[in-house]
Amino acid sequence: MYSQGLIGADGRTGETETFLAAFQARIDAEEKIEPKDAMPEGYRRTLVRQIGQHAHSEIVGMLPEGNWVTRAPSLRRKAALLAKVQDEGGHGLYLYSAAETLGVTRDGMTEELLAGKAKYSSIFNYPTLTWADIGTIGWLVDGAAIMNQIPLCRCSFGPYARAMIRICKEESFHQRQGYEIMLTLCRGTRAQKAMAQDALDRWWWPSLMMFGPHDAESSHTEQSMAWKIKRFSNDELRQKFIDATVPQAEYLGLKVPDPAMRWDEALNGGKGGYRHGPIDWDEFWRVVKGEGVMNRDRIAARKKAWDDGAWVREAALAHAAKRATGKVAAE
Amino acid sequence: MAETPLWEVFIRPRNGLAHKHVGSLHAADAVMALQAARDVYTRRGEGNSVWVVPSVAITASDPDHTDEMFEPTGDKIYRHPTFYEIPEDVGHM
Ligand SMILES: [Fe+2]
Ligand SMILES: [Fe+2]
Repeated sequence: MYSQGLIGADGRTGETETFLAAFQARIDAEEKIEPKDAMPEGYRRTLVRQIGQHAHSEIVGMLPEGNWVTRAPSLRRKAALLAKVQDEGGHGLYLYSAAETLGVTRDGMTEELLAGKAKYSSIFNYPTLTWADIGTIGWLVDGAAIMNQIPLCRCSFGPYARAMIRICKEESFHQRQGYEIMLTLCRGTRAQKAMAQDALDRWWWPSLMMFGPHDAESSHTEQSMAWKIKRFSNDELRQKFIDATVPQAEYLGLKVPDPAMRWDEALNGGKGGYRHGPIDWDEFWRVVKGEGVMNRDRIAARKKAWDDGAWVREAALAHAAKRATGKVAAE
Repeated sequence: MAETPLWEVFIRPRNGLAHKHVGSLHAADAVMALQAARDVYTRRGEGNSVWVVPSVAITASDPDHTDEMFEPTGDKIYRHPTFYEIPEDVGHM
C-alpha cells in the first residue's frame, strides 16, 4: 500500500521561464531527474509532500492490520499477515529514504506526522472490526494502491520510481492473500459470507475515495501530470480499479454496495465500463481533516511507539559513540 | 538528540555480479546497519552479500559540472574499435 491522490499539493514555483522550459524539456524527453539535479522548487516541494504522505501511509497502514495479527484464524494466515505488515514497514522505509534525497530529514518527517501536520491515506482512519476486514483490505485497499502505484514506477523522479518498482513487486502477494481470505469466507458458512459482505459494504466507498477527489476538483493534477510525477488522473485510476474489482466481487458472490452501479457502453472510450454512483466527498474531507473514527488512535499509537523507542535510539547512539572512541584509543 | 546516521546499502544478487546500490537506511552503527539492511532490502532472497557505507563517506561528482566532467570523452572516437578500418579479408578481429 498505499498512496492516495495527493492532498494539498503546492506546485507554485519561482524560477525563470528559461529554467522551467529547460527542465520541462528534460521531462518531456523522459529523462529521469536525480536528487542533485537542478529542479524547480515546486517540483521538489510536490515530491517531498507526496513521497512523505505515501511513506506515512505505509507506516500508519501497519496499524489496522497489526490489530489482527494475534487473532488470525490459523498459523498460515498469521504468517502471511505478519509478512504483509512487515512489507508495509519496509515500503515506508524505502519511501522515507527516497524523500530524504530531496533534503528533508527522517526525524523532521516523523515529527510532522506526530504533530498531525502531515497527511496519510484516509483509508487507515477506518477501524478493522472483523477478520473479513483483513481480507477486504488486502483485496480492495492493496488493490487500489497497486492501481495508483504501477504508474508511479515511471515517475520522473528517479529515487521515487526505483522505490516504487520494489514496492510493486511486493504488493501482488498482499492483494492475493486478501482475496484468498475473502474466497474462504464466501465458501464458508452463511455467517462467514455475511461477515465478508459486511466488510465489503464498509470498505467499498473508502477504497474509491483513496484515488482522491474528482479531476475537476483536483487543482494540482495538471502540474503533476506535466512534470510526470503523475501519469493518470484520479478519475482514470478509479475507473480502472472499479472495472477490475466489480467482476471479482461477482466471483465471490458479493454485492458492491452501490445501487446506482451499472454497465455503461460509453465508458472507457466506447469499450464500456462500470459507472458508479455519487461518492460522499463530505465524508472524505471529514476523515482527511481528522474526524475519522480512528484518526486519534492512529497518531497516538505512532506517538507511543516513537516515545517508547526513544531510550533505544539514545542507547544505540551512545553505544556507537563509545565504540568509536574506544577504537581511537586502542590505535 | 542527534539524528541516527544515514547509510547507503549495496546488494550483490548472486556470485558473479557486482554489488548494486539499492537504497539507504538509518542506523546507529555498522552492525545495526547490516542487520537493518538485511530486514529492509532482502526479504525475498534479493542477494547473498550486503555492503553498508556511511552516506557521509561518499564523494559525488557535481551534476552542475556534468558537461565539463564527462565532455572530454565525447570526441575521442578513436577509443572505440569501430574507428579502425581492417579489410574484411583479414577476418574477425
Ligand atoms: Fe500492501
Ligand atoms: Fe505497501
